[in-house]
Amino acid sequence: MFDAELDKRADEIIARYPQPRGAVMPLLHLVQEKAGWVTLEAEEWIARKLGLTPAYVHGVTTFYTMYRTSRCGTYLLQLCTTVSCMLRGCDNVLEHIKRRLGIEEGETTPDGKFTLVTVECLGSCGTAPVMQVNDDYYEDLDIERVDALLDALAEGRPAPFPPGPGPQRVMVEQHRAS
Amino acid sequence: MEKVLTRNIGIEDSWTLRVYRSRGGYKALEQALDTEPDALIDAVKASGLRGRGGAGFPTGVKWSFMPKQPTPERPNYLICNADESEPGTFKDRLIIEQDPHQLVEGCLVAAWAIRASKVFIYIRGEYVHGARRLEQAVAEAREANLCGRNILGKGFDCDVVVHRGAGAYICGEETALMDSLEGGRGNPRLKPPFPAQAGLYGHPTTINNVETLSCVPLIVERGAEWFASIGTDERNTGPKLYCLSGHVKRPGVYEAPIGIPLLELIEEFGGGMLRDDRPLKAVIPGGSSVPVLTAEECRDLPMDFDSLAKRGTMLGSAGVMVMDSSTDMVQVMERIAHFYAHESCGQCTPCREGTGWLEKIIRRIRSGRGSLDDLATLESAAGHMRGTTICPLADAAAMPCQSFLAKFRHEFEHYIKTGRAAVTAG
Repeated sequence: MFDAELDKRADEIIARYPQPRGAVMPLLHLVQEKAGWVTLEAEEWIARKLGLTPAYVHGVTTFYTMYRTSRCGTYLLQLCTTVSCMLRGCDNVLEHIKRRLGIEEGETTPDGKFTLVTVECLGSCGTAPVMQVNDDYYEDLDIERVDALLDALAEGRPAPFPPGPGPQRVMVEQHRAS
Repeated sequence: MEKVLTRNIGIEDSWTLRVYRSRGGYKALEQALDTEPDALIDAVKASGLRGRGGAGFPTGVKWSFMPKQPTPERPNYLICNADESEPGTFKDRLIIEQDPHQLVEGCLVAAWAIRASKVFIYIRGEYVHGARRLEQAVAEAREANLCGRNILGKGFDCDVVVHRGAGAYICGEETALMDSLEGGRGNPRLKPPFPAQAGLYGHPTTINNVETLSCVPLIVERGAEWFASIGTDERNTGPKLYCLSGHVKRPGVYEAPIGIPLLELIEEFGGGMLRDDRPLKAVIPGGSSVPVLTAEECRDLPMDFDSLAKRGTMLGSAGVMVMDSSTDMVQVMERIAHFYAHESCGQCTPCREGTGWLEKIIRRIRSGRGSLDDLATLESAAGHMRGTTICPLADAAAMPCQSFLAKFRHEFEHYIKTGRAAVTAG
């Protein structure tokens, strides 16, 4: 994984910052993008690139919730459960996903496809409830939309609808434009 | 009102340089680069613009704290705080994803005014698509000589770096953000020194919110007087983005003059309550950290900094969370307490311990195992969290707790006495 190509990308990132240490976070994102999680080996590689100790880099990794220190499923399901999503029924969605996948929060399905976690406010409160699947936000969720989404992902098909707000949102946009 | 901040939203490819320029974009930058930096600072002061991130500090005054003669050894920096994470807030995301050039232009005008040679946009890690849009916008701007070396041939050098966070609410606090941007854990710093004296890498730094910076090109183009003519009074000026969520028919981001009455926001923009048989019960008007309002307190309430302060709460990030009669207020408070306990950086004891205890005690009450003494303990713990820590996260957890206990105490007592919620959910 730590080839010349990765080295080159790292050097480009480091050049953006007044001091090399500033590049810790983007390099952690970079290695996670590549491997799916942040390995100890990756932390050592970053430490060497930036002249830091691996312990320092590990301290940064573990401060932030988005850096994963263990492998997760192909699809990381991150359901928001903060106030606005709660008011719009995220608890029902959560219970449904748990039942459907037969896992609890923080667990991965035996086939390695799905990991389910709950997260704090994702900044999608106007289109709540929201679930982030890997990089994408699926918004205006209800049980039908979640089922359609999980059906597709489980079968390796593309999501049945694009990320973003649900179809009823069109009405809102029209109102906003008028 | 004419839409200004959101004028490009909904237009096809609104995030591209081509569309932004076709609608008059980057004219303000050109105009600004022909203006003395101090004259720009004066214009922003005269506009009455106050920070849209939550604190409401006058932007022009903040800019005026910056050194006038930076050197290559001691450069000035501008940071755009795009770490939008306050529960109930999603306005900056709209600008970032749909009109990123408006923000980039605002950053460059502000950088010229404060003589900054580098801009860092710190965007929360979850906004992956927003970060891509911003990076694309910066690349387009660089290609068109709107950013980078000798901008528009006017001798101004300034580059913009997009930096992604990685899931930590605390990094929205300005000094924690700087620690994070320097490649560290996001622990807030003691103030003073303030960022304008010693900020990023110890250099003079100004940090402004996304919406604040997006207002700047408008002030340059249309004038400070125009900006100041919008709003409630001379202390509360300009257009404002409101984030409406919860139990309304049409939640979303709405632009209105600052000071729009709260009930008008809910009725006219939000389309009224989600269900006609469930009347308004409470509103959190400025993100989850501000004191809650009862339905009665929501009447005749202009949504601006000073009117909300007078009513004992805050405009904050304008995250307006609307709750109807079916809402279990103890459950809402439990979520809020959980949020702050999860997001405390752990640096200060009153916050690290206090947020944890608020959550545990409220959880105990909700499980039916609470006692009336717990309410006094909550009040005492929250009281000891106020003003005793490096940053305001402890206050952000304590304020809602104190206001929920003061205004919806009977719901907590109902759980303690009967083991059940005072309302039936549905």
